[in-house]
Amino acid sequence: MQIVRTLLTRLATTIITLLGAAIIVFVVIRVVPGNPIAMMLPPGATDADIARLEALYGLDKSIFEQFLIWIANVLQGDFGTSITTRQPVFDLVIGRLPATLELSVMALLIAIVVGGSAALTATLYRGTKVEGGIDVAGGVALSLPDFLWGLALILVLGVLWPLFHISGRVSPSLGFEFNTDFYLIEALVRFRFDVVLDLLGHMFLPALALAIPLAAIILQLLKQSLKECMHDDYITLARTKGYSETSIITRDALPNAILPTLTLVGVQFTFLIGGTVIIERLFSYEGLGNMAIDAVINRDLPLIQGIVLVFALLFTLVNLLVDMTYAALNPRLRHA
Amino acid sequence: MKVSRRTLLKSAAASGVLTAVGTPAFANEIDELVIAYNVNLPSWDPTVGPSAVNPTIQGIYQSVFDMFIHQNPDLSFGSGIVSDWGWTEDKSKIWLEVREGVTWHNGDPLTPEDVAWSLERAGNPDTGNPIQFIWGKIGNFQIDGNRVTADVKEYEPTIFKWMSFLTGYVLPKKYYEEVGAEGFEAAPIGTGPYMVDNFERNAFVRLKANENYWGGAPEFKTVTIKFVTDASSRTFEVSSGNSHVTLEMPYEEFDRLKEQDGIVGTAAPISDIGMIFINDVEPMNDPNVRMAMAHAIDKETIIERLLSGYGVAIDTLQTPDYTAYDPSITVPYDPEKAKELLAASGYGPDNPVKFKIQTTRGFKPKDYEIIQVIVGLWRKVGIEAEIEVYEIAKHFELRAADQLAPAAFYNWGNAIGDPTTSTGFAMFGPSPHSVWDGEDLMQMILPLWGEADEEKRIAGWKAVDKHIAENALVLPLIQYVQPILHSDQVKVTPHASGALLPHLMTRS
Repeated sequence: MQIVRTLLTRLATTIITLLGAAIIVFVVIRVVPGNPIAMMLPPGATDADIARLEALYGLDKSIFEQFLIWIANVLQGDFGTSITTRQPVFDLVIGRLPATLELSVMALLIAIVVGGSAALTATLYRGTKVEGGIDVAGGVALSLPDFLWGLALILVLGVLWPLFHISGRVSPSLGFEFNTDFYLIEALVRFRFDVVLDLLGHMFLPALALAIPLAAIILQLLKQSLKECMHDDYITLARTKGYSETSIITRDALPNAILPTLTLVGVQFTFLIGGTVIIERLFSYEGLGNMAIDAVINRDLPLIQGIVLVFALLFTLVNLLVDMTYAALNPRLRHA
Repeated sequence: MKVSRRTLLKSAAASGVLTAVGTPAFANEIDELVIAYNVNLPSWDPTVGPSAVNPTIQGIYQSVFDMFIHQNPDLSFGSGIVSDWGWTEDKSKIWLEVREGVTWHNGDPLTPEDVAWSLERAGNPDTGNPIQFIWGKIGNFQIDGNRVTADVKEYEPTIFKWMSFLTGYVLPKKYYEEVGAEGFEAAPIGTGPYMVDNFERNAFVRLKANENYWGGAPEFKTVTIKFVTDASSRTFEVSSGNSHVTLEMPYEEFDRLKEQDGIVGTAAPISDIGMIFINDVEPMNDPNVRMAMAHAIDKETIIERLLSGYGVAIDTLQTPDYTAYDPSITVPYDPEKAKELLAASGYGPDNPVKFKIQTTRGFKPKDYEIIQVIVGLWRKVGIEAEIEVYEIAKHFELRAADQLAPAAFYNWGNAIGDPTTSTGFAMFGPSPHSVWDGEDLMQMILPLWGEADEEKRIAGWKAVDKHIAENALVLPLIQYVQPILHSDQVKVTPHASGALLPHLMTRS
């Protein structure tokens, strides 16, 4: 019952959050300078032309009226039509979301593997030069933003030593017909490992650029938690039983140290998804973030609204997932 | 050579990764031309929405669709889908001769009905064609054999030039009516040199050569246009060998990369200029202030120092390849004269005239830096301008509302080179793109819109440009040069409109 009540509460807060995000974005993008009609006005357009285009795109009504129309349509699943692409916003956003999700999850996996391994190694070799080296590497990783890592990775692994692709999501020459927008998953399910490798070759650099700062955060936090655990009585007991240090760290200390890291990783993952906007642009990756920048440049109001709503939904769901995982892993909450 | 175990392992690992991931295109013989393009393609219908009036996208459209009238790389007009055209004696009708033997990408023959329908559709306000105000000036289309005639509802001297310009594309009547707007968006067909093979929105479009193209099949049989909107990523694309051609990057990068082995740089002036709009608000109503501003700008030095020499100084809104270009109209750099003019109005370095100048930052090459230099030059003669940086979207909004600052930097494209689409729309008061509302200028321009005598019309626009220059009603600065970087295995023919056209590329 407790879980059901918690879920219902979270669902209610999610709806309120989404509504708040919708109102804020709707008002803000209409208040900031930049009118989509002014941007598409041809030379020689008359006032009548301007009025005609405003009516065509529904911008001739008050902001309040526009909002009511929009929200009523959204509740029926109609997010409007993009001004620039003239495609349904819902289709555009849903079509690009999988690319961003695959990239973000890949980045998260890399961050967990790299950051987690580094934390375990640093704990194992605590007080030695190895720990010092890992700390320095973590500091460097954290001090540079993801887009600078992106540029550096393109330069080193894309230009100087061209191992990976530096733009796009899949090679145009591959000629593989995807039936879904989850390219990586689909290629895996269809056992097309040539396609999988091509996708990974495109995804690796942007995912790594996104992962590096998060890996550094995981490293610092997990290492700190592990170190604290290493002074606890149950660790001393394990040592007296003769378990190896590696076994103690991975089997005894890690399950306890991982909880605070998990919470933070959840929060940081939402920032990572936000970071995809710049990284996708840099790597010309056809995700939601890349589309968001185009939408903002073109003042494509319906598309901006759709993308922001999806990002808000994504953030809320990730937080919900983290809370549920935390509850499942934490025995005190699980048995409460 | 001794190979250690470690070296062997490293090499094996690297080879494995290279085999698995695939090396970028470093092929000796280019089979598939890859172009890193600087904009996305939002929509395939070249006649509606914002992309229809985006000059940069036209290169992609022109690869798939034909314009009514063909435009050559030097901006001159030539025989295309419409092989011949003209007015009737009394200019009450236009006639268009439609080329025979042209086929659509689906194999259907192109007919005069396609041309008439495309023009009629363009003039229909309900379709959302942003250039409807031009196309609506002709109507009542009639077909006789291969000849299409239309009644002139309102005389428009540039109507044929517009047939090579924004939204002037021939679309397939039968196919469009069969598949509808959505179907056309999903599978567009044209009569152009390339056919759409695969389109991934926001990612790439893969084109296959149209072997039946009326102008001759293009040399590269497969072309991939990747949408790489970030300038640094585009240069990486070429330097890494992932793309063979790219365009629009900082001139410093252009100079650096064109020195690399295997990369060639092509830079040619295009129909895009940088200028400073002057709004007729105080203190710009003082002609001495305006003329002092004009004489205090050292355009040559700006081009040399800031644009690495890539630019052409201009003194009117016409570039040398435009129809109404008049080399005799000049506004020389003369700081002493600027000081005299300002002194006549009671201003000087100790008592400067003050106003705001707006500019974008990073929208055009060195836009903000150019304005910084200009403000520095102005300061020396007694003009104190405060720089306000704004987004291009705000510029459009302010310009349409006639609320620009007293001075505002902007760029202006005019791919057909006619004075109406440069001086006309930029300076005619009632135009939403003009912020100078002076009555005298308006009266000079007004009769030129419908002037039927071409010589008289061009002479009239030259007179307007002279008047503008003498009174400094706008400050033309530079004609831009488009930097293109490409593999030394590709020969690129630049188009003065700025459109990067793959069918003009050949193996070198």
